[in-house]
Amino acid sequence: MSVISAPARDAAVEGALLRVTGLSKSYLGPQGPLPVLRGVDLTLGAGESLALMGESGSGKSTLLHLVAGLDHADGGAIHIDDAEVTKLDDEGRAALRRKTLGVVFQQFNLVPSLTVGDNLSLQARLAGRYDRDWRDALAERLGLSALLDRYPEQLSGGQQQRVAVGRALAPRPRLLLADEPTGNLDEATGDAVLNLLLELSATAGAAVLMVTHSARLAARLDRRATLAGGRLAP
Amino acid sequence: MKQFFYTLTTLTSHWRRRPGQFAALFVGLAVATALWSGVAALNDQARRSYDRAAGALGLGGSPSLVAASGGFFAQDAFIALRRAGWKVSPILEGTIRLGDKSYRLLGVEPLTLPKISSNKMPEGDDLNDFLGPPGRALIAPQTLRALGLTEGATPTISEADRLPPLAIARDLAPGMVVVDIGAAQRLLHRPGRLSRLLLAEEPTADAPTLESVIGETLRRVEADEAPELAKLTESFHLNLTAFGLLAYVVGLFIAHASFGLAFEQRLPIIRTLRAIGASLRALSLALVAELTLLALLAGAAGMAGGYLIAAALLPNMAASLEGLYGAELDGALGLAPSWWLSGIGMALIGAAIAAASGLVKTLRLPVLAIAQPFAWREAQRHWLYRQAALAVLALMGAAAALLFGEGMEAGFASMAGLLLGAALALPLPLAAMLRLGERRARGPLAKWFFADALQQLPGLSLALMALLLALSTNIGVGSMVEGFRRTFTQWLDERLVAEIYFEAASDKDAQRITAWLSHREDVAAVLPLCKAKTAIRSTPGSSWPVEIVGAPPHETFSAHFPLLEAHADAWNSIARGDSALISEQHARRLRLALGSTLEIPTPTGDWRVEIVGIYPDYGAAKGQLRVDHDALSSRWPDARRLDYMLRARSETAPEIMLALQAEFGAGVARIIDQAALKQRSTDIFERTFAVTAALDALTLVVSAIALFASLTTLAAARVPQLAPLWAAGVSRRSLALLELARVTLFAGATALVSVPLGLALAYDLVAIVNVRAFGWRLPFHIFPSQWLEVFALALLTAALAALLPIRRLARIAPASLLAVFANER
Amino acid sequence: MNAETPRALLLALALLSTAPARAAGFAGLGDEAQGFAEPQPGHTLVFPRDHGAHPEFRIEWWYLTANLTDETGKAYGAQWTLFRHARAPHGGEGWDSPQAFVAHAAVTTDALHLFAETRARGGVGQAGVTAAPFRAFIDNWSFSATEPNLSGGTISAIAPRFRYTLALTAEEPLALHGEAGFSRKSESGQASYYYSQPFFSVEGALAIDGAERKVKGRAWMDHEWSSRPLSADQKGWDWFSLHLDSGGELMLFRLRSDKTLPFLSGSFITADGATRMLTRDDIFLEPLEQGLVAGRLLPLRWRVRVASLHLDIETKPLNSQSFMGVGIGYFEGPISFAGAQSGVGYLEMTGY
Repeated sequence: MSVISAPARDAAVEGALLRVTGLSKSYLGPQGPLPVLRGVDLTLGAGESLALMGESGSGKSTLLHLVAGLDHADGGAIHIDDAEVTKLDDEGRAALRRKTLGVVFQQFNLVPSLTVGDNLSLQARLAGRYDRDWRDALAERLGLSALLDRYPEQLSGGQQQRVAVGRALAPRPRLLLADEPTGNLDEATGDAVLNLLLELSATAGAAVLMVTHSARLAARLDRRATLAGGRLAP
Repeated sequence: MKQFFYTLTTLTSHWRRRPGQFAALFVGLAVATALWSGVAALNDQARRSYDRAAGALGLGGSPSLVAASGGFFAQDAFIALRRAGWKVSPILEGTIRLGDKSYRLLGVEPLTLPKISSNKMPEGDDLNDFLGPPGRALIAPQTLRALGLTEGATPTISEADRLPPLAIARDLAPGMVVVDIGAAQRLLHRPGRLSRLLLAEEPTADAPTLESVIGETLRRVEADEAPELAKLTESFHLNLTAFGLLAYVVGLFIAHASFGLAFEQRLPIIRTLRAIGASLRALSLALVAELTLLALLAGAAGMAGGYLIAAALLPNMAASLEGLYGAELDGALGLAPSWWLSGIGMALIGAAIAAASGLVKTLRLPVLAIAQPFAWREAQRHWLYRQAALAVLALMGAAAALLFGEGMEAGFASMAGLLLGAALALPLPLAAMLRLGERRARGPLAKWFFADALQQLPGLSLALMALLLALSTNIGVGSMVEGFRRTFTQWLDERLVAEIYFEAASDKDAQRITAWLSHREDVAAVLPLCKAKTAIRSTPGSSWPVEIVGAPPHETFSAHFPLLEAHADAWNSIARGDSALISEQHARRLRLALGSTLEIPTPTGDWRVEIVGIYPDYGAAKGQLRVDHDALSSRWPDARRLDYMLRARSETAPEIMLALQAEFGAGVARIIDQAALKQRSTDIFERTFAVTAALDALTLVVSAIALFASLTTLAAARVPQLAPLWAAGVSRRSLALLELARVTLFAGATALVSVPLGLALAYDLVAIVNVRAFGWRLPFHIFPSQWLEVFALALLTAALAALLPIRRLARIAPASLLAVFANER
Repeated sequence: MNAETPRALLLALALLSTAPARAAGFAGLGDEAQGFAEPQPGHTLVFPRDHGAHPEFRIEWWYLTANLTDETGKAYGAQWTLFRHARAPHGGEGWDSPQAFVAHAAVTTDALHLFAETRARGGVGQAGVTAAPFRAFIDNWSFSATEPNLSGGTISAIAPRFRYTLALTAEEPLALHGEAGFSRKSESGQASYYYSQPFFSVEGALAIDGAERKVKGRAWMDHEWSSRPLSADQKGWDWFSLHLDSGGELMLFRLRSDKTLPFLSGSFITADGATRMLTRDDIFLEPLEQGLVAGRLLPLRWRVRVASLHLDIETKPLNSQSFMGVGIGYFEGPISFAGAQSGVGYLEMTGY
């Protein structure tokens, strides 16, 4: 688990933070294996942001899940810093997720029985990196300071997604993974959340890999890449 | 560690939002533990009392020699054996009366008594005091208290006899008085007689054989043969244990249902935790830790409940054990450490069983699969078939136990299989009924009603199974108890025909009393009974204790004595002295039928009799034979001749009783009239089944809790299903009524299924378990009024359980229903 | 001071292992003797009548110790003791009899010490003693004699691991201790009736763990009865019975008190049966070596001197672990001695 113990901020400048090489993945369909990714190569430098685009079923979310270690690749390799995600065991991938990555889902996925404050702190606490000042700063910036004692169900969709963004950034991850983070929100709210996501990622020094099918949103990020036919077209 | 801690607190935060679910889980586990540990405490208490009675002074641990023909034998055998090198110690046992109760008098010889750890015989100065004169009568402190006497008192036990000064001996069994062997021979009027020799050490290899020393007069009884009381009361306790186990299972059903829901509802939390980096190991540890904590908490609460249950039932149980078996129980509940351990153990095991499937499923699902909601529900699609398969297995097990098993355990095993199988199969008829309803229904609302009920079935099925178990147990046990009550009452009426029953204090008193009675004109007949004890060999090497009662030939018996079956001239054959009646349970035990012959060992040699009748004997647990009075007397010079029945006109009975007591005082040890005797017998009966009834009622309460818990936890999940209907114009009031109708339908259908199951259970109890446990078979009665009661009870239970969730539904804010459309995809 | 100490008074009360709080002297032997008969000076012992039991006295014992060898010359010791104890001087019949008995038997080799105990109530026939012919029995253990000097009988005991049957013969008369059998034990009045037969020749069979061997040797028998044999401050004793190779018999003891100096006394019986008292100035008993026995420290080797006899010997036990682990335990084992005289004997030590 050298990946965790080596903060390697300087190294990130020369080497890429995320290196995906020849990644392939297929699912078992009714007529045999159904290839989704057929050798994807991708690099992302520290602090960089990349929009991952493509049609429904093109494998965007699959790629994101593989990077997050939520699923196993069939071939190829994923390196985050010095760690090869594809070779880590469950314990290693869990450690990677809580310490190096932040994940924001379309569904918010807050813990309904925890307060907003506890939801915000949850990943940082799991990672053993809870920093009260940083959490308060995030809450302040996300406009959640007055809502810390509420429960998620008492919040609007936009507010809930802001909690999810805060939770992902609280442990100061190196890489923020976002899967259609505004898909469940109306356009105005979605834009506001995305602005905060990008701004705070920059503040935290986290790179961003975001799945979206909206060209309008993709335009806000440093780079764009499109998945088609199981390969990545820049 | 931090990971584990925050995973655990995040998981447990779920309960804060769903206190009802937590309560159901907690109550389920606690109730299961409470009923189980309550019964365990009662059984432990009884077992300790028996062990103490048997092991008093270490008597239980040694093999012993008893008269081959039963009864007493001459002390010379003791001396002969000692002089031949056999390390034996003499014992004389008997019964004495103090006040209005009987006590077991045990005469021991302290110098030769085996030195065993449980031997609490006095040493030193106490030994000198014990040997006397005047000697000591050792007695348990609680028995001394119960007698209202203090140490040093010398209570009278009959006209001429007083006990030596009473002295407390802790650890002595209650209801027992220990005196020196010499004092016992004096007090029991058995000079030079003994009832048993304890074998302190095995004889050396070169010691002369038993036969060469004393012939065939004594036979050896091994120490490991279960104490008589334990043997007799075994069935009673097995009964209790079975009930405890049933209640435990019902409790587990509740816990299992709540755990299942909790796991399902927490899947999103678990998914989130995994996604943000909680490892599988931390998650497993947290889930197991949560489970353990819960089990310990609920277990502790359950133990407290179990203690209360046991304490409440103990007096009834003690009374019925004493009445039925003469077993004296310590009145204060003592709790052994093993009881605590086993109780908490049962809570942990229960929690593990209840949570196992949910836990395994949760941990086995890959991270991404969790992300798909209701994946678990998907996996449960085939639960109905699985249930059916398990049900078939359970029913086959029941059949196998019935066909191939022996003894009461097999009877209970078949009962357990039957109940479990029926419970598992319950969703099948319910589902069939709902499908039928759906097909027949007209109008969209009715169709929706049945379709929706069908969809609800998996969530409610566990609670309904618990309800089914409770209801059918109720019917089964109710039928048995009611049937027993009728048979028993009728039997008492037939059996108790004499107007007065009395017992003389001594042979001398008996002679004086009968002489006096013969001069009274208001006494129609004085019928003496004589009693002897022996053991009938059943299979080689084992024998059953039996009481033999001799009664004179008289119309009182030949015209009234209830018989199950008999030869036509049975009573004449008995008067001839070569025939006997045998009690039903003993006939079963020894596999004897009408016309069988039996060798009865007597002090004057074996006595061959023919069985000419079989009679029911619901009052006694021991086997009994009835023979002619004179025939028994001539064969047992030592037979007890103190019991008498008096025939007189019933209105003169009270006067005769008063006159008897005034004339002879303590010479009449016991006297009771017919009505009082009937009353006492009925009391014992009622108390025996009070315990059963209480556990039965508790089981029903538990199943009501199960239903309530399931409905409450389901209620929240119901809102999305009801919202579209509400939007389509069905009022909240109508929705609530529909919900009530659905619950009532389920409960009613379950109650219908419970009737045949309950009857099967009753039949199993009456025809198999009772016969194997008590040796008697009761007529199988059916009580349709009971079914109605149970049916009403089921509906009421369901309605009560549904009330709170339905009230909430009726008052739900429209906003909540709207939220469904706003929030859900 | 004319004090004869009872041989092995011990344990008459092992029977009743009397509670220490109420007991005085060793094993309660210093207790008051209310209502019981007391030995009187000038009383003449009559035999065989006085071989029997004296129920009006509180305690009484018949005691035999034998030094034996088998055909290979291997040494053995054998012990047989019957104690009688009365709870009251008079009493009823049968189980109401106030008499009770306890018996000890032991065999000792250089490697083994086996012992057994049995107890019985008087009055019912499980144990008893008759005078003529002499017979003392309990369970299947017995000691009998045909002659007034106790010759011509057998003694036998059977225990789980050992058994013996020994024939006893003696030419010499009985040896009466003290004043014709009246034996004082303190100036405050304690006394007993006490006589011995120290001259037994023994022949018989002894089996240990099923292996039987023929044995022969010498034995010493004591019979003593009293109601209050010890003073309250006397806590134990060391007692020797010695068969001298020259033919004489010697009995010596040291009575230990927690208040005064130890009391020493003894008897010398010449080969022709004449008894001579030994006084405290004449006797020197000196422990030479202590050893751990049954968890207590006991003197195992002794230097024994009797000035008037020009005797100076050292004793050693056949088996240093000859401990009777009964209710109140005591050491009772065969010894041999060498020096100015040699021979064998028994050593008894109590109250350690």
